[in-house]
Amino acid sequence: MIRVVLPFHLRTLARVDGEVQVEVQSPVTVHSVIDALEARYPVLRGTIRDHVTLKRRPFVRFFACKEDLSLEPPETPLPDAIVSGAEPFLIVGAMAGG
Amino acid sequence: MSKVRVLVGTRKGAFVLTGDGKRKDWQVDGPHFAGWEIYHVKGSPADPNRIFASQTSGWFGQIIQRSDDGGKTWQPPGSRPEDLVGPEGMLKGESNKFVYEGHVGTHKWYDGTQHPWEFKRIWHLEPSLTDPETVYAGAEDAAIFKTTDGGKTWHELSGLRNAKGHLWQPGAGGMAVHTIILHPKNPKRIFIAISAAGAFRSDDGGETWRPINRGLKSQFELPDPDAEVGHCVHRIAMHPSRPDVLFMQKHWDVLRTNDAGDMWNEVSGNLPSDFGFPIDVHAHEPETIYVVPIKSDSEHYPPDGKLRVYRSRTGGNEWEPLTKGLPQKDCYVNVLRDAMAIDSLQPCGVYFGTTGGQVYLSADSGDSWNPIVRDLPAVLSVEVQTLP
Repeated sequence: MIRVVLPFHLRTLARVDGEVQVEVQSPVTVHSVIDALEARYPVLRGTIRDHVTLKRRPFVRFFACKEDLSLEPPETPLPDAIVSGAEPFLIVGAMAGG
Repeated sequence: MSKVRVLVGTRKGAFVLTGDGKRKDWQVDGPHFAGWEIYHVKGSPADPNRIFASQTSGWFGQIIQRSDDGGKTWQPPGSRPEDLVGPEGMLKGESNKFVYEGHVGTHKWYDGTQHPWEFKRIWHLEPSLTDPETVYAGAEDAAIFKTTDGGKTWHELSGLRNAKGHLWQPGAGGMAVHTIILHPKNPKRIFIAISAAGAFRSDDGGETWRPINRGLKSQFELPDPDAEVGHCVHRIAMHPSRPDVLFMQKHWDVLRTNDAGDMWNEVSGNLPSDFGFPIDVHAHEPETIYVVPIKSDSEHYPPDGKLRVYRSRTGGNEWEPLTKGLPQKDCYVNVLRDAMAIDSLQPCGVYFGTTGGQVYLSADSGDSWNPIVRDLPAVLSVEVQTLP
């Protein structure tokens, strides 16, 4: 199972607490994790990436093992620690304000 | 005894204010969708306990929420009650898919070039007058969408873009369909308004549209006096007993038409400023209208620091300030275009919300005012339901 940490507003939207877990077939990529997430939580469709183009929304960022993967191709395999469940995949709302 | 339910959209959530028939005692519920921008909340005239809300975020995009119990509980349309039961229960709704249809093309951009259409948010929701499953939604970038399944799925009425859409250009507030008015008897006739593009009318249920902007003058923005589009219409309003008479608050100027928009005439008269955002019509007197003058498009606050609603009992031109109970010094709030509403009690109540977080009520058609709440987040929209 892949552990996913959602930002506060998406947790309240999906009505979940803490981390969520999704089953993802290999290869585990940003794209396949979000596919699984959207299949499990349909209310999240369109909130992380565009419905049609599947492009990441501009102010949503992806992190794995302290690395920012937001600009990596979505088919890039995620680190083993994510695949094994040792580390969570983080979906983060970009910082606003100042 | 009748009661009223006031639906307030703010920068940080939605609030439901429920008042008794005397409109003296109020219960405040909220925030719903805390932290999200709620552009508009509106109930179905066909089923008042069914309420729709436009929930939006610069981070996570657009969500449509629906309540079927008068605003107590909410969920994105598309989930059945059994979907939510048990530890594995979850929302199945996917009510946020707003996709422009057909050949989308481009519109005019600030530098005069053409720019692709980009969906940003829903500004306004207008439920059908007769069918609780049907709702129209006004979008930024300007488009109108329609659902016939209670908000689960939406499709664009893309003929709107054929009304010279390539010439529309966003103003500082964006380019949105912010006003939708449904004809009370003719379901084929719909009026809409788009900031920085103008007013438009459909006579075939939204398939085709034409600009209705003759008589509007925007000399600084549009040197061409015959320009069909490009006028910055802030709001239009109608009394259901006279659906051919519309009132308009334009960027500058207050206007009226007596022929469903074929020709407009200015009725700003003695207003201290003819800039403003909302305009609305008395529930029982179709020639009585309300505006909130704002000093200018550069300042966006009331003239002289005095918050004054102006009322005309003559359909425009002759205006009186309504000040009793409203701050008459040091007041620098704004009242946005969707933030005024009128109930249908006797006498009718007039409500408006401010960017300072107050929602004011006049239970005597404007003669005197009191705040229902003072400290909400900035108010984006106010609607009221008059309930049995």
